[in-house]
Amino acid sequence: MAGLKLTKICKSYGRVDVLRDIDLEVPDGAFVVFVGPSGCGKSTLLRAIAGLERATSGRIEIDGRDVTDERASERGLAMVFQSYALYPHMSVRQNIAFALENMRLPRAEIAARVARAAQMLRLEPYLDRKPGALSGGQRQRVAIGRAVVRDPKIFLFDEPLSNLDAELRVATRKELAALHAEIGGTMIYVTHDQVEAMTLADRIVVLNAGRIEQTGAPLDLYNRPENRFVAGFIGSPRMNFLKGATTQDGRIAAQGFAPIDAPVARLLPAGAACEIGIRPEHVHLVDAQAADATAKVELVERLGGESFLYVRLADGAPLTVKSAEQTPARRGDEVALRLDPAHLHLFDEAGRARRLD
Amino acid sequence: MASRSLLTLRRAPGRLDWTDVVTYAYLALGVALMFGPVLWLVLSSFKTPAALLEFPPSLLPMAQKTVLVEGHERPLELYDVTMQDGTVRRLAQIRRVGIQAQLVDPADPKTVIRVPIEQRQPVREMAFAVSNYTEPLRIFDFGRFFGNSVFVTVVATLITLLINSMAAFALSIYEFRGKNAALLMVIGTLMIPIAIILAPVFLVVTQLGMNNSLWAVILPGAATPTGVFLLRQYMLTLPRDLIEAARMDKASEWRIYARIVLPLTLPALAVLAIFSIMWRWNEFLWPLAVLTKSEVYTLQIGLNAFQGELQTQWHYLLAMTVVTLLPVTLVFVFLQKFITTGIANTGMK
Repeated sequence: MAGLKLTKICKSYGRVDVLRDIDLEVPDGAFVVFVGPSGCGKSTLLRAIAGLERATSGRIEIDGRDVTDERASERGLAMVFQSYALYPHMSVRQNIAFALENMRLPRAEIAARVARAAQMLRLEPYLDRKPGALSGGQRQRVAIGRAVVRDPKIFLFDEPLSNLDAELRVATRKELAALHAEIGGTMIYVTHDQVEAMTLADRIVVLNAGRIEQTGAPLDLYNRPENRFVAGFIGSPRMNFLKGATTQDGRIAAQGFAPIDAPVARLLPAGAACEIGIRPEHVHLVDAQAADATAKVELVERLGGESFLYVRLADGAPLTVKSAEQTPARRGDEVALRLDPAHLHLFDEAGRARRLD
Repeated sequence: MASRSLLTLRRAPGRLDWTDVVTYAYLALGVALMFGPVLWLVLSSFKTPAALLEFPPSLLPMAQKTVLVEGHERPLELYDVTMQDGTVRRLAQIRRVGIQAQLVDPADPKTVIRVPIEQRQPVREMAFAVSNYTEPLRIFDFGRFFGNSVFVTVVATLITLLINSMAAFALSIYEFRGKNAALLMVIGTLMIPIAIILAPVFLVVTQLGMNNSLWAVILPGAATPTGVFLLRQYMLTLPRDLIEAARMDKASEWRIYARIVLPLTLPALAVLAIFSIMWRWNEFLWPLAVLTKSEVYTLQIGLNAFQGELQTQWHYLLAMTVVTLLPVTLVFVFLQKFITTGIANTGMK
């Protein structure tokens, strides 16, 4: 177990910059998730940490030791691949034991460790099977077992759940969280699925176009996004964005809405153009007289416990509304909306969040 | 599928479509074309030298029936003779003078009967001249040639597999400057026919003092461009993740080669092994150049010895050709599964 420190990591392929000046510190024992849209460089960053890819410049330290020039096999990390990368010609037992044999551990020690890992991951009945004879979830567990058995300094996960079906993904996600609680190692996890990021991480690193947009605890990112990208990326369904401006009397005029009294308006000069972000759960369905705006319902998703209304404002801007109860609204209905002023996010023209606190 | 149902396979069950007829006729023609010569060879290899030179030739190994007759030392050939009265008698021929043959009845050796030769028909029976096989093995030491060929084939194939797989590993798994140039050079050597490099390689081998040793046959051809290319193409299809997973698992490059890449390349290795066995077993020109002493002859060179400038001992040549064919045939019989799956999987996936 160990901490990780990245200093000014850059990676480019020819003229294409994939990573630019990544600075990051991962404390010992943390579960850190790299999340971002595809092509944002998160997998490249993970591979650079693993040593499978050489950073063009920058410095990687594990446990205070500079490993920038060390090979993957010397860094003492373990990685779970998206494709699992199980050795197809070896049995589950041999797959798990392969790394231990490479470390030249005594035979008895190898057997004991394999047995422990197999028991923890409920793989005992399959130890003598080949990976080809396992289901997706079982393969996934073997891949994790191969990492766990080594007692690595840091666990690296490269989109490990993306090949599983939805149900199994949820189950495995819980198992991973339980695993982290049990063995407590430092884990770095790459995903494009922000639900995985939110549920698993102690800290989320949001990457976009080779840069870190924001680092923080999941709810911090949700409640206090630093910029428009993070605000839009974290949360599902995503945050609503409305064009708007501040008014002379210190209020916010969002496109299609009556001006709203919101404390954040103070942060921008009067008349400044801005963008207003509001999460679907902070748009409330209200009576007509209390409304800031009306909109036409285009689609209703009824999930039972909650409902999502996809509506269009008078000026054509789309908006998503989350209702915590079952709603009678149907397609084509007019609904009255009100924005919760306490939960307005204000972004300036550069896309940076303006916040009071 | 059971072979019986395969042999009676039809387009529609129970009915004989015209396409069935055409298909089976075409296949039968193919079988005849391909197996006819082999069958001819095997049957001919059991013929006596006299039967081989016979015209018109017979398909089956036939020999004239002979009989021992009192008063004659050598066995006499039997003929069915049509007598002047139209009866047919079985007589033994003593000698032939011009168009007249002198025959005797084996039951009555004293009376000589003279008939024109067109009146007699030789009595023939099937006879397998097994001596075609046993004599060369005894007189010409074909056992040793066989042993030499086996040694050359096995050792050369093992070395070929090792060297080619290592080259293919480097050319497929690693990224380095000049990788494509190296590959092009390897493939480029395919364009150089052996006749051109025969003399230089011969000089090198002579300088190394390897003439008349089996290593002179084994070593120069150990690295084959075809093999490197075949294996490289196959290794390129192995998922990169596997190699990287092995690196994360602290495996050394040697262990990645031996424990991960080689086992997964097995189908391609099998194909190369089969090719190498066939090449080495049938190799003729190069061994002919470097092997001049009969104790290091391989089978192919040994066979050549039956073909003199003035006379060819066809009966031995044919018999030993059959012996030479057998091992390769067996290799095919047992490994043909790998050939089809292996070739199908090499390169394209």
